Amino acid sequence: MKTNPAGVLTGTHYFDGDVACGEGAMAAGCRFVAGYPITPSTEIVERISRRFPTMGGTFIQMEDELASMAAVVGAAWTGTKSMTVTSGPGFSLMMENIGLAAMMETPCVVVNVQRAGPSTGLPTMVAQADMMQARWGSHGDYELIALCPQSPQETFDLTIEAFNLSELYRVPVLLMMDECVGHMTEKVIIPSSEEIDVAPRKLTTKPPEQFLPYEINGEDVPGFARAGDGYRFHATGLTHDERGYPAMTEESHEKCVRRLIEKIRGNADRIARFEEEGTEGADVIVLAYGITARVARMGVEMAREKGVKVGVIRLIVVWPFPESRIRELAGKVKAFVVPEINYGQIVLEVERCAAGQAAVLPVSHGGGGVHDPGRICDAIQEIAK
Amino acid sequence: MTDSVYHIGTQDLPLTNRVNQIPEKAVEEYYTSGHRTCQGCESALIMRLMAKAAGPRTIILGSTGCMYVANTTYYSTPWVVPWMHTQLGSAGSAATGTAAALRALMRKGKMKEEPINVIAFCGDGGGVDMGVSSISAALMHTQYNLLIICYDNESYANTDIQISGSSPWGANTTFTPPGKKIRIMYKNWKKNIAALYAVGHTKCNYVATGDASYPADLIDKVRKGLKEPGPAFIHTFDPCPKGWDYDPFYSHKLGELAVESGLFPLWEMTNGELTYTGVSARHVYGGRSRKPVREYLETQGRFHHFIEEDYQYFQSEVEKMWTDWAMPGVIPFKLGADPSKKK
Repeated sequence: MKTNPAGVLTGTHYFDGDVACGEGAMAAGCRFVAGYPITPSTEIVERISRRFPTMGGTFIQMEDELASMAAVVGAAWTGTKSMTVTSGPGFSLMMENIGLAAMMETPCVVVNVQRAGPSTGLPTMVAQADMMQARWGSHGDYELIALCPQSPQETFDLTIEAFNLSELYRVPVLLMMDECVGHMTEKVIIPSSEEIDVAPRKLTTKPPEQFLPYEINGEDVPGFARAGDGYRFHATGLTHDERGYPAMTEESHEKCVRRLIEKIRGNADRIARFEEEGTEGADVIVLAYGITARVARMGVEMAREKGVKVGVIRLIVVWPFPESRIRELAGKVKAFVVPEINYGQIVLEVERCAAGQAAVLPVSHGGGGVHDPGRICDAIQEIAK
Repeated sequence: MTDSVYHIGTQDLPLTNRVNQIPEKAVEEYYTSGHRTCQGCESALIMRLMAKAAGPRTIILGSTGCMYVANTTYYSTPWVVPWMHTQLGSAGSAATGTAAALRALMRKGKMKEEPINVIAFCGDGGGVDMGVSSISAALMHTQYNLLIICYDNESYANTDIQISGSSPWGANTTFTPPGKKIRIMYKNWKKNIAALYAVGHTKCNYVATGDASYPADLIDKVRKGLKEPGPAFIHTFDPCPKGWDYDPFYSHKLGELAVESGLFPLWEMTNGELTYTGVSARHVYGGRSRKPVREYLETQGRFHHFIEEDYQYFQSEVEKMWTDWAMPGVIPFKLGADPSKKK
């Protein structure tokens, strides 16, 4: 399905990542945004609040991030493509309602332009330290999808992709930007609406009298009934059965929550997206994402000049993690080097998947800046010895 | 002594009554050099007057906002008294915890018993939007002595000016930019926050409004709020040159115009009795006429997109506050007729 041209600003632009994210959302057909100002994500909503009146979209500035996420869940259940935007402290406040969205299988997008924490930390400066919170932040067992763009152009593209994945899997999708990508200004090409594919909401094909909100009929996700379409549905954060009614037993919990997990884990290889370069025959592989992937490229080139065989994997989808590919590579290479702007988060996943077959070396950076490529080069040389 | 009957006294600081008595009755500064606020920042003046009124035996807690960031950046701080940051929505809870812990230490004899002022401040984001539940809960705990001050510059000024629940109708902010298709992007009327806290918390002894353009009135309200046992709340009106788009020279004038026009009446509720103060008292009790709100609006760039009908609408809403409300600018409804006698 092609997108609605009303939200597509076709042309070649010079945008920062935040503006590109806002444009991506509008191009994807997002017409509801609830948000609360927080650096360094505010510019996304500033863009949307200027452009929404021209296309009939609704932006509401909420009283806090709890309310923003709750409003997004409510809007999504009317069938509207909905999004909220925040950074670290606001992301923490959204966690309860992200869990609710996952439990009720609510398609929606949450953007986190990561800044350095904990707490207020460095509000205007970069970090990648919310990556584990993205995966595990809300309580209980659930799975969701998280994307990491490395440039304004990719931010535009992945914002559309985030909406599409949220519709396909009926799950909150997190766009895990970072302050550098958000505030970096580069060329962004927005294609015509005929070139932008969007996934529509998978609506139920059943008549109201036969409709069960969580009946899946062998598919990954149930058919959706929009609030106001005449269907009776019951959506709850309690463990529920196919009718959506609370079903408070061990058996029904197993059935309900296992499906939430399996619809993502079972499709992990299909959802996973990463770029590989020079991994065949490499001794060392650098795994990075977001702005660090761009910085790491220079470190890799420096190491190659010194004769080390280095490959690169850049994660585009971080959650679900590309387990099978990392396991496969672990049997072939000597080591992984994992630079990231935190004190060790995604490196733990690499270690888990490498399972002792290859060495894993983190290159940590606390935030407030990006890595010196020389540090990444040194780490590559060190582990390649 | 059991917890339920243990009460610590409060500080009884002298009232200044008139501005010429401030140099005698509120001398020392406890908010000094070392801040990075803008020229003409009335919120910084609120901080200064608040600290000056409270004196040295005071703990101040600040929730996220410009009076947090601008006062604690670049290796410096203007606070001479102990100061702690709390999160944006937590001013009330942080004050409750601090006051409760002081009370517990004194009750157990682990700390010398003395009245220590606990003041938590928040901006309009923290006091009118995000922190309402936290402040509401704090005003319910009558056994803890604390004062919450909401410095209201009518926007999220820390993140480049977005609307808050305290922003005025029609204001141009980065989230509500006026355009050719829609001129008025923000259509809500400012939340009546001090009255909300006063009416909703029937055991709270002191709630007031203040304005740095009237410093003696403000200092005295801070001192009264600290003197009354239990929790208290003060809402201040703070012109902001950056957010409201005007020359800093006009800060003091705008603070006056807001009160003179009746847009922001000054009042205090003490132990169940509400009285208007300063110019507002003369409006209510003395027959002094209110100025039109137009000069106030025209001085600020955030209203420059207004056309004649917008000025008239704004004025008509202010008129309603004074003619239709049960208490001008405080209680927006009246007692209706007996339904049994309706036809």
